[in-house]
Amino acid sequence: MSKLSLRARLAATLGLSAARLSRATGRGDGSVIGGRVALKVEPDVLAELSRGRQLALVSATNGKTTTTRLITNALRALGPVATNEFGANMPSGHITALSSDLEARNAVLEVDEKYLPMVLSDTKAAVVVLMNLSRDQMDRASEINLLAQKWRFALRGSPAHVVANCDEPLVAWAGLGSSNATWVAAGQRWKEDSWCCPECGGHLDRSADPHWECHECGLRRPEPSWVLDGDTVTDPHGRKHELRMKLPGDANRANAAIALATAAVFGVPPDNALPRLREVTSVAGRYSSIQRGPVEVRLLMAKNPAGWLESFAILDPPPVPVALSVNAQVPDGRDTSWLWDVDYTVLRGRKVFVLGERRTDLALRLDTDDVEFEVIDHIDQAVAKTGTKRLDVVANYTAFQQIRTEWGRVT
Amino acid sequence: MNDSALRIVWIYPDLLSTYGDQGNALILERRARLRGIPTEIVHVHSSDAVPVEGDVYLLGGGEDRPQILAARRLIADGGLKRAAERGAAVLAICAGYQIIGETFGDDKDNPIAGVGLLDIRSGRGDRRAVGELVADVDPALGVPRITGFENHQGRTQLGPGTTPLSRTVVGVGNGDGFEGGYAGHVVGSYLHGPALPRNPGLADLLLRWTVGEIPPLPPGWGERLREERLAAAIG
Repeated sequence: MSKLSLRARLAATLGLSAARLSRATGRGDGSVIGGRVALKVEPDVLAELSRGRQLALVSATNGKTTTTRLITNALRALGPVATNEFGANMPSGHITALSSDLEARNAVLEVDEKYLPMVLSDTKAAVVVLMNLSRDQMDRASEINLLAQKWRFALRGSPAHVVANCDEPLVAWAGLGSSNATWVAAGQRWKEDSWCCPECGGHLDRSADPHWECHECGLRRPEPSWVLDGDTVTDPHGRKHELRMKLPGDANRANAAIALATAAVFGVPPDNALPRLREVTSVAGRYSSIQRGPVEVRLLMAKNPAGWLESFAILDPPPVPVALSVNAQVPDGRDTSWLWDVDYTVLRGRKVFVLGERRTDLALRLDTDDVEFEVIDHIDQAVAKTGTKRLDVVANYTAFQQIRTEWGRVT
Repeated sequence: MNDSALRIVWIYPDLLSTYGDQGNALILERRARLRGIPTEIVHVHSSDAVPVEGDVYLLGGGEDRPQILAARRLIADGGLKRAAERGAAVLAICAGYQIIGETFGDDKDNPIAGVGLLDIRSGRGDRRAVGELVADVDPALGVPRITGFENHQGRTQLGPGTTPLSRTVVGVGNGDGFEGGYAGHVVGSYLHGPALPRNPGLADLLLRWTVGEIPPLPPGWGERLREERLAAAIG
């Protein structure tokens, strides 16, 4: 990194000081403010900080933070890796991450979906990792078809190597913009945003899942070289690897398969990468267990219908109760309509607690699906009433952060 | 289809269901069931023919491209228009509302032909309307004040054949001080939330249009949510 200009080096140093100050005064983890300060001093700082490094950009609607962590762990087999591990996924966060480790040859950056084209153009990243796209906070986010189109356009003009989930039609279509792609069959549970062909708008034939195909324009699922089936990943040489991850659920198996394929692009073979993926047990408080008195509480964050579906699939079986908490602040999306996209009938026969600033919306939703529930004002009431030694909590973004803050931050 | 049941036809969930539109079907079914009326929800995908013998037809919201595709397919199919002509109830939301009009604008505001159930024309406004909406419903319909969440860039002009559904108190709606429109048993609105879970009175209006007088239900979570959202929006 000796090529860094004086101005960029100054920008990086000042940014890091601002970040440390922010942490010291308890304002936050400093990722955002640090980057903002650096940008003021040197607008090209992101491009300068990226020069001479091998970067992977990771984007998706769900699983960005987790997959970034998994890939980072795998690449540490090669030496230090710079990364924005706290989920500050816009350019200011990227600058802070890259400034924090000027010597690291490799970097893995989680990137907000909207910023991917810009960050790709600034950083000239070598690898772009794409997992999924689904409806999310539509009062402020772009339409996902439009987003996929922008990704596709950005990749068309870039030599980056794309690692993408071919089972997600929108993601695959975006990835097909690149001439250099590794396809991973990582599965797709939430299909409600991909019945329509991204190329021509025709109805997609998905009768032979995971294959998909448009009979109107001929767009079809690219042939994968990595395949996830149950807990087994088959690599391009036909060798099978049992994942046995500590992180729960199909969504994390998909994230792990994609992380293995990405690690291989960087030259870390699966046998070397896999033990490093298994070391990850909790990501920014997600999936972590907290002891509250006699009760072990597991925290799951779900920000949109696809995320809720994945969370329900990994709940502990009854009699372990579940508490659902929903807010509708700006980071959550202020429209709660999405609650009606989720199927709650799987919760029938289970003890369910309902809380959060929009608990009445959730109560009506559960009532309509004939799910019995109890409305509470505070998460500790659920802990007190579990009747077992365990409790699962599913919460959307700010509801999750509120619980974490009340119980003390855990990572 | 079951002949004796109330048939709720959900049009093109694969194209027009961006944000919880399923809720309208579920609430109609529930409020009918609570009154002892057997119901059936029929999902009609964009590759299927639209049945003509339904009682209530529901259309939801959608992004630009699916909206145009849905309009084309509905016009070619003709089933929805024939059903409306024989007096079936129709509730169309957001992109669906625009589709059942004469024309609507594409992403460059070129006019695209709609199904023509309502005498309305929609185009694109300068700014996106996003947020909670409150409106007073045409007194002729006997539905109390409605609330919902709007998220659209459409501006809709009503022709002489269509009556405004409501007068806006908070929010943008059609863009001229009114929200939604209706003619006969066909009603369109920009309201997500979704509209029927947030407004039990609107759900009951569709049921009355379909099965005649219905007994009132004791207030439940829907009524509570409506009051909570009204209080939050009006302050």
